[in-house]
Formats: sequence, C-alpha cells, structure tokens
Amino acid sequence: MRRMPHDDHDHPHALLPPEPALRVKALETILTRKGLIDPAALDELIDTYENRIGPKNGARVVARAWTDPEFKAALLADATPVVADLGYYGRQGEHMVVVENTPEQHNMVVCTLCSCYPWPLLGIPPGWYKSDAYRARAVREPRKVLADFGVTLPKGTSVRVWDSTAEVRYLVLPMRPDGTEGLSEDELAELVTRDSMIGTGLAGGPS
Amino acid sequence: MTRVHDMGGRFGDGPVVPDAKGDPVFEKDWHARALAVTLASGALGKWNIDVSRHARERLSPKDYTRFSYYEKWISGLADLLVETGVLTLEDLKGEGGDAPHPLAHKAMTAEAVPSVLAKGGPADRPSNVAPAFVVGQEVRTTRPAANRFVDGGHTRLPAYAQGALGRVLLRHGAHVLPDSNAHGLGEAPEPLYAVVFPATELWADAESPDDEVVLDLWQSYLEPV
Repeated sequence: MRRMPHDDHDHPHALLPPEPALRVKALETILTRKGLIDPAALDELIDTYENRIGPKNGARVVARAWTDPEFKAALLADATPVVADLGYYGRQGEHMVVVENTPEQHNMVVCTLCSCYPWPLLGIPPGWYKSDAYRARAVREPRKVLADFGVTLPKGTSVRVWDSTAEVRYLVLPMRPDGTEGLSEDELAELVTRDSMIGTGLAGGPS
Repeated sequence: MTRVHDMGGRFGDGPVVPDAKGDPVFEKDWHARALAVTLASGALGKWNIDVSRHARERLSPKDYTRFSYYEKWISGLADLLVETGVLTLEDLKGEGGDAPHPLAHKAMTAEAVPSVLAKGGPADRPSNVAPAFVVGQEVRTTRPAANRFVDGGHTRLPAYAQGALGRVLLRHGAHVLPDSNAHGLGEAPEPLYAVVFPATELWADAESPDDEVVLDLWQSYLEPV
C-alpha cells in the first residue's frame, strides 16, 4: 500500500488570495502571462456553455422520443450513438444511458461524490445539483427531495435513483404530459424542462 | 475510510433550494472563469479526470466544507499545477517570472475549443479482464469502501454502498479504473456494471420498500454472492 505524497501538508492554493473572485483572477493572470492559457479560449468556453450547449439539446431528444417509437427504442437500447447522430456528443457525454419514467417507476439522477452531469445534453449543472444537500439526500430520501421541488409522485410509483459514480451519464426520459396529442415535436420540446430530465421535475410541470 | 466529499446519505444538510426559471448558467462571472481556466489548464496534458477529481477531494475537510463549488475547483487546480511542476510556489505568490513556459505550445486556442469539447474523453477501453458477472446476478460490494492501491486514495465506491447486496442491472463494457488512474498507476481498465440496490439494503429507514438506488461499479468493487 502506497502512502499519499501530498496529504496532510499545507496546500499550495493557500498562497493565492483568499477571496474567490480574486483567487480565480490571480491564477488566470499567472497562467496567461506564461502563455499557458489564452483568455480568448476562456471566452469561447464560457460562451459555449452559456449560449450554445444547454437543456434545449436534451429537450429535443425527449420530444423526438415521444413522437418517434423507433427512435425511442434505439435511444433506450444504446443512447450514445443515437444522440451523437443529432450532434450531441463530447465532454461529459461520452457514455450516455437514457432511463424511461413510467407510471410504475420514476428515475432521478445524482452524483453523490462530485457533480457528474451530461453536459452535451443539459449543459452545466445548476447550483442545487452540486449542493451538499442534494448530493447527501437524493439517494436516501428522494421523495423528500422531490417535495423540495414541489413534486409528489402518485401512490404506486417506485423511485430509482441513479448515482453517477463512473463516466456513464444518465438522462431521464420523462413521461409525456396528458393532453399533448396534437402538439408538434417543437411544441413538445418546450414542455421538457431541465429538471424533468434530471428527475427532480415532471415534463410540463413545475420549474 | 473515504473522504469528506463522500456525502451520500448524510444527515443534516437541510432543504435543496431549486433555482428559478431564467437564472443564469453561471451565478457569478468568476464561476464561469473558474470553469474555463480549469478546462483550459486540462489541455496542458499533465493530468487526467481522475487526478483532477482527487485533487478536489483531498482539500482538507475544513476547506472542502467552507469552499463554494468553484472555489474547490480553482483551489484543486492550483494544487495540481504546483504538484505537476507546471507552476512553482513563487508563481502562486505572484513572485515568479513571466518567461514563456515550456508547455506554452500546448495552450488551448479559441479556435480549438469546439473540437476539444466535441472530442471528449471516452473512458471505455479494451481490457483483458474477463467479465465475472452477468446481468441479473447478485453481487456484494467490498467493505470498507477504500482505494486498494494507495492509502486514502481515490475511489468511486461511496461509503453508503459498502458491503451492500445488489444485483447487476447493466453491463457497460470495460472502463478505466479511477483507483489506479488517479495515482499515475495506469488505466487498468476492467468491466463496469450498473448495480441496483434496494433502498432497504442501504438505509435504516427507507422511504419506500420498493425504492432503489443504482451505482456504476467496477468489477474489483464487487464480490460474488
């Protein structure tokens, strides 16, 4: 058994300014001056996740699954190539599994150890997903956590919580809301909330 | 024993506070900056995702608890940059030089961002470890949850699921083993499974006897029953 070489010492990060915004700025400045990062690349990364990659991608996948049974079957059998065909592949979405909500079973996704999340389909996770409260409680008391989101499941629905402990990323396929038979795929996509694809919400429902 | 980040099942954290519709992706500008600096620094090629996760996990429990999410990222990053020799302690103090860095040719350019993100970093690998379990088979997780190579090292078996009886639900093929990869001991790919556990197996007071928790677990985390 090896010993950890860097454990129980003062950490180098303590040398940076304590205030977090200044801490980030200091590190960015040091790395930029040495040519190790390019501020234009940082702007591009931020613009990508602020404006281009987000839950609209996942919503398109869900709406398509609601309207196209063959697509849905392929998605549930092996999601990665199916969503990649739509252009949704890449960092934090290399191994996708889609899990379907039914009247009998509700699915919900968490990462108790860090903040794993399917970036190409949902973007950067919201603050609550990364919070201690969600990470600690979602596995032990998912129904109370759902209540924090205003969601109560019908009697007879069991809950299956997926703890993302590896590089596999999970997306919930929510149930299609009643009364949406006449809607187009684009209109249906509008009903697919981010939270419904994490499992803390229902499609067409709150948040 | 595991570390402070391993909080699944913990009591006392209070309510989850959902965001409001229309809230920005990044609550503060420096959050966006912290994410971008971290991703761009990864392009220098001095560590992998398991190393970077472990860098955040081994912040002291005191720091881990008091730091906000992106403070953990930026602090873990600063520690990694020094440990891998990219920066010196003098650099962090603002006393280092501005001479071009030998790794500067690796810096991520704005033009490269879309292709770097699109390429991703798949974790599946060919493996010579034969799958030991089939879908539907009962398995038990090892106990205690701990890295078997490095004392206090990185592992992805949460403490709440140690020694628990479950059933193989999915086979994911063979994936890089974080316990090895986080410590420079090689990728050591082995079969990865989604294993389902009854909530009653994990918790003293499960909310419903029909509820379940699924975890992705490597073969070496599992024993036959």
